[in-house]
Amino acid sequence: MDDWRSAPQVFWTFLLPGTLWLALFFFAPLALVWLLSFGERTGPATIVVTWTLDNYRQAVDPLYLGLFWKSVWIAALSTAICVAIAFPVAVAVSFAEERHKPLLLMVVVLPFWTNLLVRTYAMIAVLRTNGYLNYLIEYLWIAAKTVADPLGIGSVFGDRYRPLEILYNDAAVVFGIVYVYLPFAVLPLYATLERLDRSLIEASLDLGASQLATFFRIVVPLAQPGIVSAVILVFVPALGTFLISDLLGGPDSQLLGNVIERQFKAANNVPLGAALSFLLLYATFAALALRAWLVGRQGRDV
Amino acid sequence: MSRRSPPGPLDYGRRLWLRLWLLATFVFLYAPIVILVAFSFNDSRRNIVWQGFTTKYYIAAWNNASLLEAFTNSLIVAAVSTSLSTVLGAMLAVALWRFRFPAKPLLEGANALPIVIPEICMGVALLVFFSRAGLLASLGWPLGLLPVILGHVTFSFPFVAIVVRARLATFDRSLEEASLDLGASEWQTFRYILLPWMKPGLVAGALLSATLSLDDFVITFFTSGPETLTFPVKIYSMVRFGATPEVNAASTVLILVTLIMTVLAMRLQSPARAETTQ
Repeated sequence: MDDWRSAPQVFWTFLLPGTLWLALFFFAPLALVWLLSFGERTGPATIVVTWTLDNYRQAVDPLYLGLFWKSVWIAALSTAICVAIAFPVAVAVSFAEERHKPLLLMVVVLPFWTNLLVRTYAMIAVLRTNGYLNYLIEYLWIAAKTVADPLGIGSVFGDRYRPLEILYNDAAVVFGIVYVYLPFAVLPLYATLERLDRSLIEASLDLGASQLATFFRIVVPLAQPGIVSAVILVFVPALGTFLISDLLGGPDSQLLGNVIERQFKAANNVPLGAALSFLLLYATFAALALRAWLVGRQGRDV
Repeated sequence: MSRRSPPGPLDYGRRLWLRLWLLATFVFLYAPIVILVAFSFNDSRRNIVWQGFTTKYYIAAWNNASLLEAFTNSLIVAAVSTSLSTVLGAMLAVALWRFRFPAKPLLEGANALPIVIPEICMGVALLVFFSRAGLLASLGWPLGLLPVILGHVTFSFPFVAIVVRARLATFDRSLEEASLDLGASEWQTFRYILLPWMKPGLVAGALLSATLSLDDFVITFFTSGPETLTFPVKIYSMVRFGATPEVNAASTVLILVTLIMTVLAMRLQSPARAETTQ
């Protein structure tokens, strides 16, 4: 690597365009939002920055704070489900035959490259009252009833199938987040499992530990960096989601992202929206710092 | 080991329950998309049961002028933002790869920030910024696309920089020295030695950036004016009015376009390809 002073002209030519672009179209807008979060509305379109803390005070009042915790809770639950589904998938892919791996990985990753909106929309057709999930459950219901009727216990199933209300509630939002962000969880888990020293698993099994004990006491601790990355990669976008809760959630399953969107568009309360977005940003940074700290600690232990 | 022997303790890839788990996950990931695509060809508006093959919803989508306009807008935005972000990203990658300078980790962190922060934060920031700059007033077409393009470049070029830098990491710098020793200028060395080496990275970065641009909903939702919708934003407003087979048809087209580009990008970045080009 060269010192930048060895060819300052080349250095500045290559460095400046991207850096200036980032400063102008990324950091300047963020700084503006940060400033406005300390502002007051004096008219429908005029905001004066008075360094008031009222917007933050309003953002942490019980109404919005409850919403914040609800967003954290939904994101955390979705993340846990994602990692629980993704771990066996990552194990299966990393222990698959070498020649099958690229294809399996591609199959995992491709849905991630399908449009977020399209995938969320696809979920509507699956979850709605006359959707495919209800269709499937009804099919199982009829099958169970056919078996149960001759046994005289068919009455527990009721006379006819009543479709479940699956769409437009919090459960649908969790379902949607898991569906959309599952590939994010598989990749980092796969990457660590792939590097894992398999002789350690063999040693554990040879020394008499069961498969289950080996999994929880050897594989999971060794895969910790991958688990941390998977958690962050799912949790951060899930916390800020706005489209999934907008399309799949009901009137009372609005999350932080939806409220931020409303402040900037329909409600036109930019200072409050700015304060809420910065709270979301700070939460994201906290999650990233936690990750850096956990990975750093792991590095020291080894 | 013969195929028929029972799986050994470490043959997790051959355990039945893991295979079933993998299969179930793939069904979970693909079934909704496959159903969506299949029912764009279903000859029924409401019914979720197959009624027969038709392409009439594609024809309806094609004849929907505002949908077609949104599609054209998306292609324009993707083309312009991809060209810009490929150049910006590649230049930044060269600077970060070649030079040592003070505050380099800081700049690298700043460059990664657009990738990690929640999209909605960036979306509202650009919304406020562009409306203050007067860029969101009804500028009409095509000027109304400008804020969308600027936003797309901002979130794509850091990705391009990462992809190109990964490619540069495998470059043998003695080739550069040889070129300079043999009397080539800095510019000639860049043009005839480094640039050809970067090419697979540039193509992969450009495809990635085009895919990101065509796929983006959140940033575009906040930066597009009322008259300049892009394809995903248009589909969103159609979904809000109700799920119709036309939406399925439009979604299928979008899936197809991004799928082709992703597969192309993956092929370019696959290890087998990297070996043959070395």
